[in-house]
Amino acid sequence: MNNSIQLNLITQRAIEEGVAMEKGKTTPEYFEACSIIEMNPEDIKQLGIYRNTNVRVTSECGSVVVKAVVAGQYCPPGLAHIRQGVWANQVVPPRTQSTGVPQYSGFPVTVEAAPGDRIKSALECVQGACGLWNGGT
Amino acid sequence: MPVTHTQVGCPYCGASCDDLEVVVSDDGKEILEVRNACAIGNEIFHHATKPGRVTRPRLRQEDGTHKEISYDEAVDYAAKVMIEAKKPLIYGFGSTNCEAMAAIGRVAEKGGAVLDNCASICHGPSFLAIFDNGYPSCTLGEVKNRADVVLFWGCNPMHAHPRHASRYSVFPRGFFTRRGHKNRFVICIDPRETDTAKISNLHLMVNQGHDYDLFNAFRTALRGHEIPEEVAGVPREQILEGVDAMKKARFISIFYGMGLCHTDGRNHNVDIAISLTRDLNAITKATIMAMRGHYNIAGPGQVWSWSYGFPYCIDLSKGSVAHMNPGDTSSIDLAMRNDCDAFFNIGTDAGAHFPIEAVKKLRKHPWITIDPNICMASEIADLHIPVAVVGVEEGGVVYRMDNVPIQFKKVIEPPEGVISDEELFNRIYMRMCELTETEPVWIHHPALDVAKAVTEE
Repeated sequence: MNNSIQLNLITQRAIEEGVAMEKGKTTPEYFEACSIIEMNPEDIKQLGIYRNTNVRVTSECGSVVVKAVVAGQYCPPGLAHIRQGVWANQVVPPRTQSTGVPQYSGFPVTVEAAPGDRIKSALECVQGACGLWNGGT
Repeated sequence: MPVTHTQVGCPYCGASCDDLEVVVSDDGKEILEVRNACAIGNEIFHHATKPGRVTRPRLRQEDGTHKEISYDEAVDYAAKVMIEAKKPLIYGFGSTNCEAMAAIGRVAEKGGAVLDNCASICHGPSFLAIFDNGYPSCTLGEVKNRADVVLFWGCNPMHAHPRHASRYSVFPRGFFTRRGHKNRFVICIDPRETDTAKISNLHLMVNQGHDYDLFNAFRTALRGHEIPEEVAGVPREQILEGVDAMKKARFISIFYGMGLCHTDGRNHNVDIAISLTRDLNAITKATIMAMRGHYNIAGPGQVWSWSYGFPYCIDLSKGSVAHMNPGDTSSIDLAMRNDCDAFFNIGTDAGAHFPIEAVKKLRKHPWITIDPNICMASEIADLHIPVAVVGVEEGGVVYRMDNVPIQFKKVIEPPEGVISDEELFNRIYMRMCELTETEPVWIHHPALDVAKAVTEE
């Protein structure tokens, strides 16, 4: 059992994310669909947390609190997935290898248990980063 | 009496399904039922007529609230931002029609802007590889009728293109594939056991980021050479099983996605995928296709290639000379270098889908969002201009992922007073001409007169 674990993160589409996105990015459905990190059960065990516990994910350029869940589409140990969208992009490195495309998949992150930390709403994440967040939902 | 519209196009993913049936109330204002669509497409149509839609432009005030303004005021604001900026960046176009993509070209030229689309953060590396190595592709109709081996590499159509497998690639019965999926051998290569892997005959669980190694092993084995016991986490036996299936195939279709473009290697991963396709063509017939994400994201690649010679990352800041240099003229790189001083987000949501570091840099400058919906880009914008939903309230030409153009149609009217992307861009262009006291230039083709006369008859 460790307080933190190093994982390789990918961020890609999911149908739940697609449906929720079309409902609206400020809806509870979008929050539920995208503010999660999908992990291997062994990695969750190694982190010493229960499933569906909040964790802090930190990359070379930022950090975000999301809920750790067992991947519906199996992730091997060492690999984790945050569905594309607001929460994933809090930690995606903007480096592009001179192609224009950021490093959306395949970058190292540290995952720490953060059961007492709150998951921010989509608006708080984005408006907050830009200095426009005035509170609210 | 409700009206049923048939052969309606779906404005979601690159599969651009055009077999939807949409039932509209007799007053033409409400969508009652959507048939044949996937869960996401269904949501798009129903969302359009739900309450809470923004129907007038909103200008951010100093206290952070939004004030409704008229379209004329919004057009004036956008035109002035475009003129005053030294190097405005216009980005998006995942969700609009080709008519709007042509119209924005006039604005970009007039404003000396950089014109970029969602490929810049998606299939841009595919373009780079295609420039270098060609694109032995086909249409999705050929896949349906001919393909007996289908390879999904770094893509997950069961989630990202939900009807792809049922309409084109796995399950449908075609002319030479009359037994549907029983006629096809499906291979999936992905580091996760995705839902696409679950419907495949063979799943190779490649180590994430090691796709290039595995492509090399496929090419080596295909040429009859020895390969190691394990490559990129995949046992030799599985690689040989895949190679053997491909050798026996009559028609192979390789589909690839962000598993190649979003990770280390980028365009080099696509490059070697194309080389594998070329190798296979020495043995049998093989094709490759990028799994384009949005219903018309192939559109700007087409429209701007015939307008400027380049599909994306087009720098028009040097006047009439367009140039393209991803890494330099690409949206994320421009943002991170602070190399643009105004941002136009059109038919996409850069607020949610750009890395937040890039969003923060872009937000230091005027930010205008043109999109039908409330989204992250609208909620951090200085100005949000709502427009009609293409594919629901506005028709037009779209290019499917296989670059086949399809005429989409509208099924309902937009909310009263809400205009289309194309009309908005034309009005911004006219206002820029008024403000700079220059004559607008409209490229006119005589064939348009003929087409108009025929339509009016």
